[in-house]
Amino acid sequence: MSAGSYGWIILAFPLTGMLVVSLGWRLLPGKLGGWIASGAILGSFLASVGALGQLHERAHVDSAWTYAATLDFKADLSILVDPLSVFMCLVVSGVSFLIHLYSVAYMWSDRGYARYFAYLNFFVFSMLLLVLAANFVVLIVGWAFVGAASYLLISFWYRRRTATYAGIKAFVINVIGDVGLVVATFLLFDQTGALDFSGVFKGAHEAFATNDATLVAACLLLLVGAFAKSAQLPLHTWLPDAMEGPTPVSALIHAATMVTAGVYLIARTHPLFELAPAAADVSAIIGTATLVFAATVAATVTDLKRVIAYSTISQIGYMVLGVSVAAYGAGLFHLMTHAFFKALLFMGAGSVIGAMAGTQDIDRMGGFRKAMPFTFVTFTLGALALAGFPLMSGFFSKDEVLAFTLHRGGGYALLAVLGYLAAFLTAFYAFRMVFRTFFGEPVEEARELQQGRLAHHETPRNPLTGEEEDDDVGFQGAEHHVAEREWPMKAAMGALAVLAVAGGFVGIPGLTDTLEHFLEPSFADSRFKDTMPSDGAEVAGLGVGALLSIAGIALAFLVYMRRRGLAGQLRRRFSGVHRFLVNKWYFDELFDRALVRPAAAGGRFARGVVETDFVQGTIVGGATAVVRAGSSFARTLQSGYVRAYALGLLFGVAGLALYFLVASS
Amino acid sequence: MDASWFVVLSAFIFCVGIAGVLTRRNPLVVLLCLELMLNAGNLALVAFARAHGNHDGQVFALIVMVIAACEVVIGLGIIVAMYRRRLPIDVDEMSELRG
Repeated sequence: MSAGSYGWIILAFPLTGMLVVSLGWRLLPGKLGGWIASGAILGSFLASVGALGQLHERAHVDSAWTYAATLDFKADLSILVDPLSVFMCLVVSGVSFLIHLYSVAYMWSDRGYARYFAYLNFFVFSMLLLVLAANFVVLIVGWAFVGAASYLLISFWYRRRTATYAGIKAFVINVIGDVGLVVATFLLFDQTGALDFSGVFKGAHEAFATNDATLVAACLLLLVGAFAKSAQLPLHTWLPDAMEGPTPVSALIHAATMVTAGVYLIARTHPLFELAPAAADVSAIIGTATLVFAATVAATVTDLKRVIAYSTISQIGYMVLGVSVAAYGAGLFHLMTHAFFKALLFMGAGSVIGAMAGTQDIDRMGGFRKAMPFTFVTFTLGALALAGFPLMSGFFSKDEVLAFTLHRGGGYALLAVLGYLAAFLTAFYAFRMVFRTFFGEPVEEARELQQGRLAHHETPRNPLTGEEEDDDVGFQGAEHHVAEREWPMKAAMGALAVLAVAGGFVGIPGLTDTLEHFLEPSFADSRFKDTMPSDGAEVAGLGVGALLSIAGIALAFLVYMRRRGLAGQLRRRFSGVHRFLVNKWYFDELFDRALVRPAAAGGRFARGVVETDFVQGTIVGGATAVVRAGSSFARTLQSGYVRAYALGLLFGVAGLALYFLVASS
Repeated sequence: MDASWFVVLSAFIFCVGIAGVLTRRNPLVVLLCLELMLNAGNLALVAFARAHGNHDGQVFALIVMVIAACEVVIGLGIIVAMYRRRLPIDVDEMSELRG
């Protein structure tokens, strides 16, 4: 079979899974729906492996049918199977399969079990469509589908008000990105006359000079799309709120796959960004700003899932920085390792939250090390990988991004320095989570678990507001699941832990570099393909990264283990800074003041003044007033007195007679 | 033969009829005045027919008389209905069709 056929099979599996689970959920007993969905994703993964075997370092384009064809332009439903898209398919379907496996157990007591898996399969289908698209039309379709799937899954517990608001917020911000992508596509189509990637890139080289204003505008609009999807400044505010969804969803969509779509988009359209270095620089600067900002916030917030969410924003900042400075291999390498260790961290967090019966606040956690040894070990491995501890996967990928950035020299060196600074913060907040969750005095739930009892709530509560919730449709059940007791969760976390540890070995500088060689054909046209830091420089960068990582972990150890009171003292000493960080740099408040409230005020003005006074008052009211005045005049003529009518008749006839007399004479 | 005296008389009777229709409130008198107006018309028709030596006008006068008879039947019917319902015999009291 050709690589193209494998591409269609990759897409067919999750689509079929979605249809089977969503239409046949009444007939599927027990956990069968979850297993069908997981099997579909496994099929996708195997098809991706098959495509990998048939790739032969080329790009295969396969078209199913033509949407529209005119004189010299064609829009096809076509897929592009090249090293980049196969790499993305492998990461997406592989990690998705493990998350499906985890969900089979984790979501078991939920009332929406089948609905959940139908949504999840739909998401994977959309994501695979996005990465396999061979032209902007299919890309936009996939792009919008993943936004919709993300909305459905964030609002999965639709009776929880905070969850539905978070879903709306995510969807609105994603639509801003969609608009950016669509307008960018229009600009490119207008100038190059093509919609498929190869046509656009070829046309762009002919149509645009370097840093042509239209091209820069198109690239910036592409960036709006990428940043909205990838939660970069200033469009990041939806991602922390998206943690309202079930934890495996956070692992799948909001850590491993969907949020990396922006990175993929920049990598896919790299010929445009290399023609418009100004836009690439904007992207690199925003990526760096985001990674520093999110790392500072992650070091202070106390909601376990939100810490990981800000960590995700920060890590995607590294990826965006990587692909923006033309370190495509390094950026995508970090995308892959991040998918492994971040999905693992979310799964571990899900297990801990299960043990806490839904509570997510790390202030109330502690001492789970003995009660949950498996979760503790895997979570710590994930945290080590996130922190960039030597020889873990994040160590190689993050430092490769930074080494490339440093190698570009000039202003990029500053970005690299900020990246290293944030790497230190990353190690600190990663182990802040570990130390505060698993070490210290065991909390009541941990002691219960040690004695073999899992904490259950009589009624589930909203972890954010503490409101009591019913467990009818649209809520999770009162039961919770932990990895220690469910083998599917254990298997998924074990596999990811192995990948989080060993995933970096495909990109050891000077030693393996497997991933970069594999991706090379996709970036063969890059101007920067020969600008690589020397192996010596990369190893030096690795040394710096290792030192910073160990220093960060040591600081976390000092603050949270050695001198318990230190964290509180620091918080009191720097209360202003702390408040600023805990409130996430007041971005939500800023948007509320700058956009939401003016929009609401505009709406009130339109409703109160334009609608009531002008439309209803003047236009509609004026028309009715004219009709009413006319009819009341006509009513006064209808006096009901026969003699009055007779007089009118007389005057009428007399008038007519007079007229004819005058006219005839 | 000159028709002018007849036409003047006809116009005079017509005006008397109009004045009666417009000013009187008793429906019987109004009906009588209507008859006056119709007969003024008849007089004019017959006078012009004689003056022109043409009998069409006399035929018209006969038709008008038939119509006048029909009209009186309806008018008197209404008056009898009013009387039976003990309504005041006064056209100004019958103003329910006011807008």
